[in-house]
Amino acid sequence: MAQAAAEAKKRGREKGNGSGTHAGQDGARRERLLRAYHDMLLIRRFEEKAGQLYGMGLIGGFCHLYIGQEAVVVGMQMALGPGDQVITSYRDHGHMLATGMDPRGVMAELTGRATGYSHGKGGSMHMFSKEKNFFGGHGIVGAQVSLGTGLAFSNWYRGNDRVCLTYFGEGASNQGQVFESFNLAALMKLPCVFVIENNKYGMGTSVERASASRDLSQNGAPWGIAGTQVDGMDVEAVHAAAEQAVAACRAGNGPYLLEVKTYRYRGHSMSDPGKYRTREEIQKMRAEHDCIETVQHRLESLGADAAELKRIDDVLKRQIQEAADYAQSSPEPDPSQLWTDVLVEG
Amino acid sequence: MATQILMPALSPTMTEGKLARWLKKVGDDVRAGDVIAEIETDKATMEVEAVDEGKLAQILVDEGAEGVAVNTPIALLAGDGEDQGRVAPPPPPPHEAPAAARPAATAAAGQTGAAPEKDWGPTAHISVREALRDAMALEMRQDDRVFLLGEEVAQYQGAYKVSQGLLDEFGPRRVIDTPITEHGFTGMAVGAAMNGLKPIVEFMTFNFAMQAIDQIINSAAKTLYMSGGQMGCPIVFRGPNGAASRVAAQHSQCYASWYAHVPGLKVVAPWSSADAKGLLRAAIRDPNPVIVLENEILYGQSFDCPTAEDFVVPIGRAKVERPGTQVTLVAFSIMVGVAMRAAETLAEAGISAEVINLRSLRPLDIATVVASVKKTNRIVTVEEGWPFAGIGAEVNMQIIEQCFDWLDAPPMRVHGLDVPLPYAANLEKLALPQPDWVVDAVRKIV
Repeated sequence: MAQAAAEAKKRGREKGNGSGTHAGQDGARRERLLRAYHDMLLIRRFEEKAGQLYGMGLIGGFCHLYIGQEAVVVGMQMALGPGDQVITSYRDHGHMLATGMDPRGVMAELTGRATGYSHGKGGSMHMFSKEKNFFGGHGIVGAQVSLGTGLAFSNWYRGNDRVCLTYFGEGASNQGQVFESFNLAALMKLPCVFVIENNKYGMGTSVERASASRDLSQNGAPWGIAGTQVDGMDVEAVHAAAEQAVAACRAGNGPYLLEVKTYRYRGHSMSDPGKYRTREEIQKMRAEHDCIETVQHRLESLGADAAELKRIDDVLKRQIQEAADYAQSSPEPDPSQLWTDVLVEG
Repeated sequence: MATQILMPALSPTMTEGKLARWLKKVGDDVRAGDVIAEIETDKATMEVEAVDEGKLAQILVDEGAEGVAVNTPIALLAGDGEDQGRVAPPPPPPHEAPAAARPAATAAAGQTGAAPEKDWGPTAHISVREALRDAMALEMRQDDRVFLLGEEVAQYQGAYKVSQGLLDEFGPRRVIDTPITEHGFTGMAVGAAMNGLKPIVEFMTFNFAMQAIDQIINSAAKTLYMSGGQMGCPIVFRGPNGAASRVAAQHSQCYASWYAHVPGLKVVAPWSSADAKGLLRAAIRDPNPVIVLENEILYGQSFDCPTAEDFVVPIGRAKVERPGTQVTLVAFSIMVGVAMRAAETLAEAGISAEVINLRSLRPLDIATVVASVKKTNRIVTVEEGWPFAGIGAEVNMQIIEQCFDWLDAPPMRVHGLDVPLPYAANLEKLALPQPDWVVDAVRKIV
């Protein structure tokens, strides 16, 4: 069934949006939804397993899970083309999987093994893939926003039409360098889509207690940056907004700001007791707005077979279990690796 | 098959905890996301969420139990009939980590400095300012990935006129005026470097780089390591460092030991025009982040500088500026001139001092200093910065480690006084090392 999902993904990509007939539109939409369902569920199953491995002591340090927010990266990624860049903060597992990085390499980095993307030297918060144009994985809140502006700058400098997606949370949106980056990107018309993933809480502080701004999508307005609020629990809404933002950037109109309203089900990190919100609030979001269940219902209304969706889930569970096994059986980095990669030699 | 629910680790430091309360009882259906128990950790009371679905078949640890070790099975969950693929228990931790193989020399140590300076042929008498400008222009002509950005570098021709003429030659795409936004433009430049460009970031002075030091250290210096070698950061951060003249405490600070402290950075501090031109060219070509600590007072001073098209000074090589036999004076940047003047005074008094210009602070060419101290048996370091954990402290400590038995006297430090730099002309002069201070230090040990 992994094959079926992969096929669906491929077809979705080839066909793109506008098929002529109503039936054709339904078919194309169904394929897109099937792809989104697969990609979101991949992230959720991965994160659940990561949480499990953390609980067993196999993953150490800080581990920030993405459960609940899957629609954001999956919807955004659907609007990207080859060569576009992605950069984000430390809540980065979902972004890596969305860019197509191998779950085994990501999980092996979480367990600190030599086969991880950073050979065990980065961990949960610090992974990169040149091949997939994923530029990390950054642990300092807000730092990636200036870096992402720099990736967009490199596109401007080279005169290509590539776009950089720069993700950050609503907590990071108050950092000074974020506003510095807005100014620079607008001044130089850099192709940067700033994506605020507003999951309502910067660690334990609600957005209302942290931001005087009530509409973060307008935080770029003083610099003339177009901004839109998006329902981040609805992958189709995210995708539509992403298409618009990416197209505007690609056309040379300068940066674009999306405030994607989302929700994380788990704590800020694994060691977050979560006393700043009620269990009822979380359960209500899960029950009424879960991004994966929403897509599941839509697929069923478009005639998808429940058993087929279950099979996709089963395949993903096996894939993630294989990743977990790989991450546990891979060797730790050789002690000689302690001294490598400090500087590029020669 | 029943799935074991294990006592989870809920913080980076938790090894055991108290099972405070069960929120589910045997026979209850459990859905993913349900809270099944409360655990008191070393930090807080945490809720444990179910990951798998099924029926709670057995509770193995009663509520109220204290000191339950992480990974102890606490309950059994009867599955929905399919094999969820249980996770194997973690491998036992190794009893002792094997000692990591350290490189033979100290990590920051450079190559041996015994090799003589290459003779580059004809020279021209040019200012340090011109040398720096020439270095940038030469490298920008050779490599389109190299560009300069900073405050007033383009239309204004440089706050200290170092970038004079570059805008005319290379245009606004490659010589970029930024707003006054150090944190933002430094991060932007680091991001561009991560994607393969080679930015030269000019700080109007290094005092202002403190606004951006997070990007320099956390992003530029550490990414190569954190990415397992996948993603480097070829970038130059340059600008005047240290005291200028009468600009008071916030504009008069030496950052040499700050940056030299950081693995993943290279740090150079030129004195002469040849240093400036050769080291900046090497810095621009280097695939790593390089800090180039210039000096405003030196910008206007002129020295003989090789004119050879391919002239470059390798990073990590100190230079013996003046040979001597009785004491080694170690300095960098503007203090090389102070040490040279002191050496002249000492020579008049019959004391032969060898002056070493470090040129690079990281990697540090300690081999050249060691070779000198083994000859002179005495060392005095000279720096403009504060003494505490300074470059002099580091050089002298390495000398103690590497050639203690050759020392005939305690290592000495000459340094800026341990106060914020004052404005008043007399006080400022009292706070910064003068040639006399070096002479006095030498007289105490020779």
